[in-house]
Amino acid sequence: MVQPLLVEEHPLDGLIRADRMPHIWCPGCGIGIVMRCYAQAIINSGIDIEKHVVVSGIGCSGRVAGYMNIDSYHTTHGRGIPFAVGLKLANPELCVTVFSGDGDLAAIGGNHLIHAARRNIDITVICANNFNYGMTGGQMGPTTPYGALSTTSVYGCPEHPFNLVNLLAAAGANFVSRWTTIHVRQVIDDVLYAFNKPGFSFIEVLAPCPIGFGKSNDLEQGVDETLLYRERCVHEPDTALDKLGIDLREDQPIYVGRFVDREAPAYQPIRLEVEK
Amino acid sequence: MTSSHILTGRYFMNGDHACAEGAIAAGCRFFGGYPITPSTEIAEHLSSRMPQIGGVYIQMEDEMGSMATVLGASAAGARAMTATSGPGFSLMMENIGLAAMMEIPCLVVNVQRGSPSTGLPTLPGQADVMQARWGSHGDYGVVAYAPWSPQEFFDLTVHSFNVADRYRIPVLLLADEVVGHMVERVEIPEADKIPHWGRKRPIGSKKEFKPFEAIDDDLVPPLAHAGEGYRLHFTGLTHDERGYPDMSADTHQVLVSRLVEKINRNPKDLIRTETFHLEGARIVVIAFGSTARSARRAVRVARERGLPVGFLRLISIWPFPEQLIRELAQDVDAFVMAEMNLGQMIREVERHVEQPVLGVNHAGGAMLAPEPILEAIEKVANNGSTSSR
Repeated sequence: MVQPLLVEEHPLDGLIRADRMPHIWCPGCGIGIVMRCYAQAIINSGIDIEKHVVVSGIGCSGRVAGYMNIDSYHTTHGRGIPFAVGLKLANPELCVTVFSGDGDLAAIGGNHLIHAARRNIDITVICANNFNYGMTGGQMGPTTPYGALSTTSVYGCPEHPFNLVNLLAAAGANFVSRWTTIHVRQVIDDVLYAFNKPGFSFIEVLAPCPIGFGKSNDLEQGVDETLLYRERCVHEPDTALDKLGIDLREDQPIYVGRFVDREAPAYQPIRLEVEK
Repeated sequence: MTSSHILTGRYFMNGDHACAEGAIAAGCRFFGGYPITPSTEIAEHLSSRMPQIGGVYIQMEDEMGSMATVLGASAAGARAMTATSGPGFSLMMENIGLAAMMEIPCLVVNVQRGSPSTGLPTLPGQADVMQARWGSHGDYGVVAYAPWSPQEFFDLTVHSFNVADRYRIPVLLLADEVVGHMVERVEIPEADKIPHWGRKRPIGSKKEFKPFEAIDDDLVPPLAHAGEGYRLHFTGLTHDERGYPDMSADTHQVLVSRLVEKINRNPKDLIRTETFHLEGARIVVIAFGSTARSARRAVRVARERGLPVGFLRLISIWPFPEQLIRELAQDVDAFVMAEMNLGQMIREVERHVEQPVLGVNHAGGAMLAPEPILEAIEKVANNGSTSSR
């Protein structure tokens, strides 16, 4: 008879609010994987857990702020980044991460995203990109591929999506990378790298959303989108930034990797005299 | 707070600059804002002063971002503020609601201009008073003050920070273009004469601490900051005492009622008024902000003409001093409400009295002069019209 393996404790237990479980995410959703990478990076960082703060906006990814057992602020839709900027500037000792989704960060929060990158503020932004507004039931958003079906693009999305890597690179972020939920090690490494990297860091992680996006776009199970990542992801960090657009439906490569890693000075408030 | 940063002395200063110096005197070390007439001088002045005193001036991309960054800074422990005018005030409403819900203290200054919409950017108005009360969606208690001079703009900036911290609320300071741009004598007191009410801070076990548990009679929970080891969770969702989302009508009832009741329960700290010439008054003129300057003049002239008129100046717009109004109503025959809008605060007066209330109104763009207020006093005194508009 096979003995069940009993695990008393998971190394990340202390970082998850068990009393908030079960979470709201659907079977096959990729957000939990990204959150797990973030939690692992916190452990690996060696930075005092009390100095880590997570901020989110609204949406499925925005719920991460409620599940992480660290100081966490679940703000209004799109405003996670400016809230995080205030935290960081008021207390530079904090290691501030914004964890949110593509709709929250790039649509309603798009202005804050590009301006925080332009200022090169020393925060880390993790963007779980699932190509739609999942929480409200699968509407098109700023990353929905052209022609993709959603509950508000029943004839096919008539808009062109953002290439977020190119957008953030142009806006001035010091560090920009893109991975998917199959690139667990790379995501952990990059989040950890971003913690220690001065300036604005942006990590895009493509994540399956079988209920909101997949079922209308021939990716009915989470594993279907995961297999698609495995087949089509190409690690070519030297790819021209304007070639990094994603179209899940066409048989085109999905480029992943670290695309920007530069040393522009991080934002510093002007100080003429340090207060004693 | 470092006292050397407080520019104790006597100055000739405009209201916006007085507000900025009031903020510094109050220990504000974070300004996040977006320039907008007629509040811009507050941003300009703080952009020059904050770097001198170890504070942060950050000019945000818009007013939604301004309000959000102010809340972030306050959540990290800083006294933080923004300043704006009507169009920006509208954009800030979203996160003013978040501040009320998360109970994060901050100061929002609105130097009112002619409105609605872009309106009259360089000219005064007082038409945002109801927006201040009801502007963000939902029910929450509101505290708002209206200075009538640069000196009072300084004083109320200090007081507003104290109230914000003490009650864990966003405090709204509703100046107007006249007060913002008027240059008058401003006395900045010595550091030890500047009142300071701190935030109520947690005591006891960090692990047991519940950031939204109101243990005291004032219904205000202690405030812990990011980075202090409390593993806080703050959300704009309806939440329980731990800060955890709870989508139930019962929890919502408890939370939202407390957000309203913590303001209602503490009128002594919050309500401020000033009265003149109430002895023997049969008519009471009510006004606030720059309009109160004209109203006081009108009341003086009326008194010289032997009319039994007194004057009530609202310093706090919200909470509205309804108790005082009801007391005054026991001895007077009529009220005159003067305001630079087409009749907003008059509704509050009417709600609490039986007597006729005559409104003296102007849509904004120019200060209400003493003359129409005087005419209204005479009209009421001669027992003329009792119509209320």
